[in-house]
Amino acid sequence: MTNNKRITIDPITRLEGHGKIEIFLDDKGDVERAFLQIPELRGFEQFAVGRPAEEMPRITPRICGVCPTAHHMASTKTLDDLFHVEPTPTGRMIRELIYNAFQFEDHTLHFFFLGGPDFVVGPQAPAGDRNILGVIGKVGLEIGGKVIRARREAREIINYLGGKIIHPVCGLPGGVSKALDEEHRVQFLDSAKFIVEFSQFALQIFDDIVLKNKEYVDIVVGDAYQIKTYYMGLVDEKNKVNFYDGDIRVVEPEGKEFAKFKARDYLDHISEHVEPWTYVKFPFLKNIGWKGFVEGKDSGVYRVAPLARLNASDGMATPLAQEHYEKMYEVLGEKPSHHTLAFHWARLIEALQASESMVQLLENKDILDPNIRNIPTETPTEGVGVVEAPRGTLFHHYKTDEKGIITEANLIVATVNNAAAINMSIEKAAKALIKGGKVTEGLLNMTEMAFRAYDPCHACGTHALPGDMPLVIKIYDKDRELVKQLKK
Amino acid sequence: MSTEKPKVAFYWCASCGGCEEAVIDLAEDILKVVEAVDIVFWPVALDFKKKDVEAMKDGSIAVSFINGAVRLSEQEEMVKLLRQKSGLVVAFGSCSHLGGIPGLGNFWNKETIFRRAYLTTPSTDNPDGTVPLEKTEVDGKELTLPRFYDTVYTLDQVIDVDYYLPGCAPPPDLIMNALQAILEGKLPPKGAVLSPNKSLCDDCKRNESKPEKLTIKEIKRPWEVELDPEKCFLAQGVICMGPATRTGCGERCIEANMPCRGCFGPTDQVIDQGAKFLSSLASILDTDDEKEIEKIVDTIVDPAGTFYRFSLPSSIFRRRRMEDIK
Repeated sequence: MTNNKRITIDPITRLEGHGKIEIFLDDKGDVERAFLQIPELRGFEQFAVGRPAEEMPRITPRICGVCPTAHHMASTKTLDDLFHVEPTPTGRMIRELIYNAFQFEDHTLHFFFLGGPDFVVGPQAPAGDRNILGVIGKVGLEIGGKVIRARREAREIINYLGGKIIHPVCGLPGGVSKALDEEHRVQFLDSAKFIVEFSQFALQIFDDIVLKNKEYVDIVVGDAYQIKTYYMGLVDEKNKVNFYDGDIRVVEPEGKEFAKFKARDYLDHISEHVEPWTYVKFPFLKNIGWKGFVEGKDSGVYRVAPLARLNASDGMATPLAQEHYEKMYEVLGEKPSHHTLAFHWARLIEALQASESMVQLLENKDILDPNIRNIPTETPTEGVGVVEAPRGTLFHHYKTDEKGIITEANLIVATVNNAAAINMSIEKAAKALIKGGKVTEGLLNMTEMAFRAYDPCHACGTHALPGDMPLVIKIYDKDRELVKQLKK
Repeated sequence: MSTEKPKVAFYWCASCGGCEEAVIDLAEDILKVVEAVDIVFWPVALDFKKKDVEAMKDGSIAVSFINGAVRLSEQEEMVKLLRQKSGLVVAFGSCSHLGGIPGLGNFWNKETIFRRAYLTTPSTDNPDGTVPLEKTEVDGKELTLPRFYDTVYTLDQVIDVDYYLPGCAPPPDLIMNALQAILEGKLPPKGAVLSPNKSLCDDCKRNESKPEKLTIKEIKRPWEVELDPEKCFLAQGVICMGPATRTGCGERCIEANMPCRGCFGPTDQVIDQGAKFLSSLASILDTDDEKEIEKIVDTIVDPAGTFYRFSLPSSIFRRRRMEDIK
């Protein structure tokens, strides 16, 4: 166990498919490099070619079955741009209702089932307890019931209006296919009010269990989980967080606005770097450049998703969420915050904004207007559509012929924006825990927590059942002989 | 531990994870399943590895549920191993059943897919023309990736399959019915698709609005027209795959006022879903004049990608000819 060792963590879980982490040690037995490999590609950008544009919202959700609504909506917005048609006010409201319901239920899934159990039950708790059942054990059965109810009711809204919760179908250029009636408005408004209460209550749980526990707070603000990068997110005209629409804003690691641009101009700001050892690409800020897997102001690496969105904004769009936004930055002590584990906190604040937005939309009876779609009259050409998926800024870009048949498609998928940062976070955690060839058992937990904070699509179903993330670390000597294996 | 619970495995190939969500969406029912069986392999949820499966006796897994199409060498190896270790294999969801949306990749090949993804997309900055490789050395460190095939395969083109659970994703009631049938040993004949063997139109609420003799003069695209929320889509001139598609989905897309795209595949009597739809369509065109037929057919955009939206790899064509791909 002297030199040239390789540590394999396989499978960590999947982004698009499984993921595998390879850690290489140097002569001293310290970490030299860590690689997160994504061994999966399906080729959507190529097989989109030849398809009628209006079918894209029904094809692209199959990129990810966990966040199909994000692809559906980004694709539908791309069609608006492509066909030069604005959605009717009601069409837009219905889309925003679906989208906020989705943002809420997805964030809640993550906090209670996937990433949150690390916190709620405790990072030192037995692995078998760090799941939804462990959460219920800690916070009580009544609360467990509330979690299930809140998610079920939010998903019912998407199911009713979108057709299917896994792969919705309602988006068309200029609006949506199905209207809302009064009976369902009343029912969904009840749900939304409950969901606001629930979101506040989730933040209370975070407060009680994490913030009142110094040990947890120390982990959150510790060095092992900190990387300094640029941040990106959609903002409205007042620079408040918006999931459905707005301009894309980028802030520097020190917080100064670096860029603010329209979806259509994304190619002026973002490029993607290719590495031969993974099927996933690494987006970076074009005007800084790709400098490798390094942090800081001179590196084009940026981050997306909850904490990044809050960092890139001047506040939340709804009053209750705004209170929590202010409190979060007060506790973290700086804005932007570079603490990867604070993604969990930001996620709950976003869930609250999404809930409040649902109530606002459903209290407005304009949402009942039967005029749900503007039928396009112009010749389709080219379109870009952007939304904030739960896991980050999601770009769809299509070109068509005059009949609206796709000739070119380009996609920058939410989690992929974070690909470089996830690699760096894992490397940092590994460096903190592997010294002189000694691998502490804590590496498993730490790597898992660093990874899971990003909620990379499929970060995953792991906590949904008794059991936890499938992690194995294998240590090989230079002849590839297995010398040690850690498993949980 | 006197009576041993049946062992069950779940695996994913080229898929989106929606099938895993569908299982998790069983909510309270999933706990009943967990009680009744012993899950021995499920990479998304449980910590068991390939070598654990290799160590099992042949045939010792009662049933393996496999979702996703087969597109990578790793997937082929894994499903062959699971076949060897399993009494039953169920193809779970459209991708493993028919090829699914990733099966549209069969209009292309590895080279064109890689060229697009890594070289020609406008956001890609790749002056050296780097593409992912099966084997790479980075500063003397060797990294490997599974091989990417030219063609997407259905599960039964790679291994023997006992049953098919259709849908993208399969609905909860069909999943529970299938699990119960397997647990109770009330199995249909081998090769059965576990959903009623009749067409979607037979169950569709809009069937009543379908005229006695359905005829159409032109094809409309869903974005071009107001979609009547009660009338048969074909009667509105909008392509709906209902006549060529198996029922059992609950007409969820139609409930949202959008036409069927065929994710359940065809009924038992039909070999090729696209060909079946074409013949249904031909029978409702309201003309015998060849020129007019041609004119109507011209209004159908992307027939191959629409009629075979979910089933290209399972069709009689399987894929576009390699020599036709530029």
